[in-house]
Amino acid sequence: MSTQTSTGVKVEEKPRRHKDWGSKLVQYAVNIVLVCFFAFPLVFMIMSSFKANDQIFADLRSLRAFLPVGELSLANYQAVFEKSKFFRFLGNSIFISLTTIALALVVNSMMAYALARLKWPGQRLVLAIIIATLIIPAETVIMPLLLMVSRLPSFSLAEGFKLGWLNTYQVQIIPFIVSAFSIFLFYQFFRDIPKDLDEAALVDGASRFQIYRKIIVPNSGPVFATVTILTFIGTWNAFLWPTMTVQSENLRPVMVGMQYFFQQDTEWGEVMAYATLITIPVLVLFLVFQRSFVQSIASTGIKG
Amino acid sequence: MQSVQAPPQTERKSKKQRDLVPAVLLGAPAIILLIMFLIGPFFAGIGFSFTNIRLISANPAEWVGLRNYQRLTKIAVLSVEPVTDPATGQPVTDEQGNLVYPRSRDFTRDTEAYPQYAGTREWFTADIGDTRYYVLAGDPAFMKSIVNVVFFALIVIPLQTGLGLLLALLVNQKLAGRNFFRTIYFSPVVTSMVVISIVWVFLYDKDNGLINQFIGLFGLPAVNWLGNPSTAMLAIIIMSVWQGVGFQMVLFLAGLQGIPDFLYEAASIDGANTWQKFRYITVPGLRSVFVFIIITITIAAFQLFTQVYVMTNGGPDDATTTVVFHMVRKGFREQEIAVASAIGVLFFLFILGISMVQRFVLRDKEA
Repeated sequence: MSTQTSTGVKVEEKPRRHKDWGSKLVQYAVNIVLVCFFAFPLVFMIMSSFKANDQIFADLRSLRAFLPVGELSLANYQAVFEKSKFFRFLGNSIFISLTTIALALVVNSMMAYALARLKWPGQRLVLAIIIATLIIPAETVIMPLLLMVSRLPSFSLAEGFKLGWLNTYQVQIIPFIVSAFSIFLFYQFFRDIPKDLDEAALVDGASRFQIYRKIIVPNSGPVFATVTILTFIGTWNAFLWPTMTVQSENLRPVMVGMQYFFQQDTEWGEVMAYATLITIPVLVLFLVFQRSFVQSIASTGIKG
Repeated sequence: MQSVQAPPQTERKSKKQRDLVPAVLLGAPAIILLIMFLIGPFFAGIGFSFTNIRLISANPAEWVGLRNYQRLTKIAVLSVEPVTDPATGQPVTDEQGNLVYPRSRDFTRDTEAYPQYAGTREWFTADIGDTRYYVLAGDPAFMKSIVNVVFFALIVIPLQTGLGLLLALLVNQKLAGRNFFRTIYFSPVVTSMVVISIVWVFLYDKDNGLINQFIGLFGLPAVNWLGNPSTAMLAIIIMSVWQGVGFQMVLFLAGLQGIPDFLYEAASIDGANTWQKFRYITVPGLRSVFVFIIITITIAAFQLFTQVYVMTNGGPDDATTTVVFHMVRKGFREQEIAVASAIGVLFFLFILGISMVQRFVLRDKEA
């Protein structure tokens, strides 16, 4: 077998090498065309954010549209900061994302731990219900949920009790903490951690909660990273829900803020500066944690 | 799933009871939130869809049975003959020499003479011979939205599948810089759809858009991409493919790497050429990925919303209205939560049907 293979390869080698050069060139050519196609809108966005409107329009007819040439300035950025409460929006989005992520990691992983590692009556039923809810699309729930949150009681230190969660931070956070899919990801991961560690800890008198904290959590870095990334993408990009539930400018997240900025006037340079400001942090995170990002997003595709 | 060793019955039971308290404490937050924000609203939505509940209303909601569903799905066809001059008996024509027909409104608004057309409006017309057919619908915008998303799915499925596979094959080659290429192709997937939509509104601009400037270099006339009913959906499709295809690339890449190398080696020994290897090893090896991608794109088409909301607001003339856009318009802007909930329920039934199809198509693979 092996000798056959090696001779087979040897015979093929010469003509193949010649062919390789040609096919490599073709592959590079195709890749370069595709890179231009996939990169041009974001490159254009970033470059235009440093140019005045006149120059953006003047550069449109040539490759200059994609190059940092001409008179570059931070004037558009300055205008964004002056015309909109950009830092307020940014702070809101960061606060909402971080709070949602922190609560989602704790709540979903604890549920998954109880399902994967403990034995209790009703366990199978709860697991079956959670898996069944995976099929409920967010679109089906969003309208009745809108009605419900508009009538839920809420409490704040400033206003005391009032009816309705509209115009609050909690309406942007609490409904998005629990996720059947995140529970499922945690469940799959926890199930595969060897059981002997728990057993040993149990013998030593550790409680179930101590096992979760000291054994399960420290051994589950990758799945915590995945849920963090997926929750972050969801909350950072949140758009429709805050559009419907939050009118107050002080509670507005960046995406909704951008929509308003875009409608106000179409100073394209400024719009591109705003777009760049809220895109760059995500792209940088993506570049740094690329492998986790790609795997996390791909994992949403394997659930079906 | 199966327990490896079966402990004695009594010990097992006591162990189960002992874990109940920690399990309840650990699981309670998730279960309460799941009931409040997913399971509760889901069943509430089914209930709302049989009422006339509104977002803000002084009147209590009333039970209306299937009325919301009947309105959404009602279709009727009305055929009319050209108007004739009572004196001559000849058909009347307008200034351009076209035949003149009665308007559909004359029938749909006359609920006494034509109760069967009550509550409908014109969806589209078709002329066959001298007879004009008015196709009426209880909610023409909803019908248009379904046609639009089906059109979107039919165009995007082959485009995104083909391009996704091409990208995956390219970055799967042992080529220097392939990680760079992969990063670039995937970067739109992690970028916000709101940002992308707004940037592309500029790219598509009729007078100052990059795309019209580019095609102008080849002497082609400027196109009002988003303002013209015949190109608006196409413009959204092109942008959506550009944004989403990196995701299909990653799925195909995982599929490609799951095909064992020895199959290709064996095929080489047997003298198979590149095309034959692709056709008889790669394509069958990716079968479940193909099925999965077709299904996710179909679902994504029915979920299409942000692009439309930001770029065209459903227009022009409902040419880009989608199912979810229509649902939001009904529920949020017009405050008709009941109708929006009914659309949500139909949406759920559609997703349920799709996943059953997926199970069925992939059944022998899982067995």
